[in-house]
Amino acid sequence: MVSITVLFEIFIASLLPFNIALASILGMCPLIAISTNVTNAKGMGLAVVLVTTLTAAINWPIYEFLKWSGTDTLDLLVFMITIAASVQFLELAMQKFLPSLYTAFGIYLPLITVNCIVLAVSLFFVNYDYGFLETVVFALGSSLGWAFAIVLLSGIREKLSVIADLPRGLKGKAIAFVLLGILALAFIGFSGIARVDPIQ
Amino acid sequence: MKKFLIRLNYQKWYNVLRDGIARNNPIVVTVLGICSSLAVANMVENAIAMGIGVTLVTMLSSAFIALIRNLIPSQVRMVTYMVVISTFTIVFEMFLKALTPDIAERLGAYVGLIITNCIVMGRAEAFAVKNPVRYSTIDAFASGMGYTFVLIMMSLIRELLSNGSILNIQLLGENWINWTIFAIAPGGFFIISLFIWGLRVWLKYYEE
Repeated sequence: MVSITVLFEIFIASLLPFNIALASILGMCPLIAISTNVTNAKGMGLAVVLVTTLTAAINWPIYEFLKWSGTDTLDLLVFMITIAASVQFLELAMQKFLPSLYTAFGIYLPLITVNCIVLAVSLFFVNYDYGFLETVVFALGSSLGWAFAIVLLSGIREKLSVIADLPRGLKGKAIAFVLLGILALAFIGFSGIARVDPIQ
Repeated sequence: MKKFLIRLNYQKWYNVLRDGIARNNPIVVTVLGICSSLAVANMVENAIAMGIGVTLVTMLSSAFIALIRNLIPSQVRMVTYMVVISTFTIVFEMFLKALTPDIAERLGAYVGLIITNCIVMGRAEAFAVKNPVRYSTIDAFASGMGYTFVLIMMSLIRELLSNGSILNIQLLGENWINWTIFAIAPGGFFIISLFIWGLRVWLKYYEE
């Protein structure tokens, strides 16, 4: 049984110093494409938190089964299918039971299937050799960290598009990378407060 | 007439190739496939391995999808792409682990993330599903090369600044102080924004 402190350390580590967007550079395509206004960024962030945590929790027992049956080279293929299927299922379930929530961020759900961070979280728990609770906490922390990054970035971009006078070639996506660089520099300040693989 | 036809074909090959490498360069113009590229492009070795991987996986999966394009029902095409791409990625991962274990170790989980690289999926959806095998392969090759080109250029700058070396050969003298920030995330973000800026000015492709 893992202790609460270990879980808390994993949560803080995956949220701040090992932020999946700003330190591991994952989930860039939607981060750049959807961060032009804050409302959309929030919707996408919420959808990612939901899907990442859910699929990591489903993938962990499946990976245990693969290890037991000795076919763990196929983990990529199996993870991908689980993710695609659970996104599809979530979309249908939401449409049926929570129509208001579906209209709010249902359009982002299909995009998440190809979002790297959903798969990356599943691949990282294999690398770090996590147990079930650790996996769920790590997935929650990573996806919240990603949502945090996209909301920060979209806030800055929204303001910047109104006030800044940029060179032509730097408009749009290029300036978003400069902003991400500055944010990432700021997040280096958190390094050292926690580790994703705590010493037990 | 026959001569004319061959020439037209040649023209098409050339156009497809040029579009992928310059006009539609996946990283610079459409800004796709950034995730895996930035994280691994801090050493030239890694960049070459990743570039070869993405190019091969894109080519093989595009060719395969073009081959079976008339058999795929359009409702399940995404899942079909996923299965095809994952299979080729697993094959590449196994090759990499067998041939260069230390590079495979350094790339870690990022090799598996070739699956979610938007370039592979994007080429399948935008080109391979509508075109014959030979053009799809060329198109995938061109996109892969465009990606590899940017990756290698970026890693050249980053490895030189952060380590003073290229391909592990020390180039800058002993007085060089390593600029470590370029080996990690912020350096990658700054370099890629400069790259996009420069190439957009050069290609006169602007985003308003």
